Amino acid sequence: MTADGVPLKIKLRRAERMRKVWALALIAPLFVFLLITFIYPIAELLTLSVQEPAFVETLPETTPMLEEWDGRGYPPDETIASFAREIAQAREDRTLGAVARRMNYDISGYRSLIMKTSKKIAESLSLPDDQMLDAFIDIDRRWEDTAYWAPLKTATPPLTDYYLLWAVDHTRDVDGNIVSVDDNRKIYLEVLWRTVEISIFVTLICFFLGLPISYLLATLPTSKSNLLLILLLLPFWTSLLVRTTAWLVLLQSEGLVNDFGLWVGLWSEPLELIRNRLGVYIAMVHILLPFMALPMFSVMKGINPWHMRAALSLGATPLAAFMKVYLPQCLPGIGAGCLLVFILSLGYYITPALVGGPDDQMLSYFIVSNTNQTLNWGLAAALSVILLAMTLVMFLMYNKLVGVDKLKLG
Amino acid sequence: MALPAYAGPWDRIWYYLFRLICVAIFFFLIAPIIVIMPLSFNAEPYFTYPMPGFSIRWYEDFFTNPQWLLGLKNSVIIGFFATLIASVLGTLAALGMNRAVFPGKTVILAVLISPMVVPIVITAVGMFYFYAKIGLTGTLAGLILAHAALGVPFVVITVSATLVGFDQNLVRAGASLGGSPVSVFFKITFPLILPGIVSGALFAFITSWDELVVAIMLATTEEHTLPRRMWSGIRELLSPTITAVATMLILISILLMVCMEMLRRRTERLRGIRN
Repeated sequence: MTADGVPLKIKLRRAERMRKVWALALIAPLFVFLLITFIYPIAELLTLSVQEPAFVETLPETTPMLEEWDGRGYPPDETIASFAREIAQAREDRTLGAVARRMNYDISGYRSLIMKTSKKIAESLSLPDDQMLDAFIDIDRRWEDTAYWAPLKTATPPLTDYYLLWAVDHTRDVDGNIVSVDDNRKIYLEVLWRTVEISIFVTLICFFLGLPISYLLATLPTSKSNLLLILLLLPFWTSLLVRTTAWLVLLQSEGLVNDFGLWVGLWSEPLELIRNRLGVYIAMVHILLPFMALPMFSVMKGINPWHMRAALSLGATPLAAFMKVYLPQCLPGIGAGCLLVFILSLGYYITPALVGGPDDQMLSYFIVSNTNQTLNWGLAAALSVILLAMTLVMFLMYNKLVGVDKLKLG
Repeated sequence: MALPAYAGPWDRIWYYLFRLICVAIFFFLIAPIIVIMPLSFNAEPYFTYPMPGFSIRWYEDFFTNPQWLLGLKNSVIIGFFATLIASVLGTLAALGMNRAVFPGKTVILAVLISPMVVPIVITAVGMFYFYAKIGLTGTLAGLILAHAALGVPFVVITVSATLVGFDQNLVRAGASLGGSPVSVFFKITFPLILPGIVSGALFAFITSWDELVVAIMLATTEEHTLPRRMWSGIRELLSPTITAVATMLILISILLMVCMEMLRRRTERLRGIRN
């Protein structure tokens, strides 16, 4: 019992509860802020990858009829008539664009076909249902080909895997089987591999460059290593855009590196150092190397140098001692650095866009170009799903290996 | 790692080779930053040495060009308010996270640091889609909110790190001496965790100052930040004014780096006294 007659146990519990309430109250503002400004927008973007609201919203009556049709031959006459009425109406309401754009993904030229048809079909709306197909064919011969009708069915479901399949170069045929898209449309699997390939190489190069300098930093006396550490921290703190610009200036055909090479006689005519993969590797490694070296350095600094000496005095060769005694102790730092660099590379956009050529663009580039050039939000969202999934998997590994709470800055 | 007296010739060769490799790597790291600065004083619009003459015309160009000045102004405004929001919300949340153990803490932490993890392009595109709906694209407010969200994880992480070494007995002592929770916070906790808050705020500021992808998606010409202006400058025509901007940005980075280092030393010193 405490002075006010309340058992200590209850008082303690109450105090504990108050602490929790306080803690949550302190976290809540930020949590809500991020929910609104960050989590919700991304969640909404990702749902676009499986949504196709265009048909249901624009053609509310035709959509269920198309869904009942089996997708072979021509749709039933009343479906065609309903389609005619609704596209004519949608044209007046100026809402046909989304449907036209969606259809154009399946057959190029479909957009203009549907736009042209919707304009002219208005005159034929009074025709009986069974003459409507002929009215379509009168407007454009392409409607005679059933290949132009079949995709209408696959585009109708409001929930679709169309974009996710497209993001890995696949699609569904009339029977609903998943098939590979035509070779001339295959790009995204290649982009995906390219993204992973660039990330792996950048990580490897960073590892081989980061290992010696972090070893040197960790084994030098503190006064000297602090000076060298500045050489690592200065790039780390310098703007990514500034560093990419610097490489652009250095590597261009009239740039310093080419001038120097020509002057020394290493090569006889200016080399292509940017707008290609080499430029991407140089600039990305430069930007990401500190993210590799800093965690490795901080782990190496904690390793007792006597272990190496003990191994050497027991007769191990320096290489064996390094590989068997030193390196295993660095593994947490190596893992942290490699995963960090790999995760950061996966999402790179600015650097490849500036120093890379058309064949060096990574997933991020296609997410942006699909949103602000082709306005294909579904595909952009599907590509985002893939990129985010890869990043999260890597990050979960990072968390398992290093722990998010151990993330150090500066 | 000095070379011992008993080292054989191979040891010597390896020792100097290793040093040489390290020098080359450090040179690779630092060279582009060092090289671009003198070029900003080049009298001619070329990017090569030797420079034909010295001139500050590119700096003049920067400070007389309304577009660059607008970019500078926008960057400062957005950076300031984004940092303010991120620091206040981030510090409160870090205090909360430190305060108690409750279920779902990992999930909450995951949400709080997610802006650092999600690839920036996805963040930018998602924000563009959502902000367009509610009319926040093409406004400074939109960019401020976006940059604040991106800066928050850094504040949460640095303040949390400071709180790990924070002695809770000090708070208890303050409370037992009759201080109200608020006065205990402002008189005891706040001054002690201030270095963590300031370094978190610096991180948040540099995140906003440097941010480009969200600015590409959300900003129209009126809200162009400095990096956004540079981006169009680089894409259209690599003008030497960009080297002047780059040089100034590098100097600001050095300044911020020095601030961070001083804060780190101060924290270490304070901890040293307590230990």
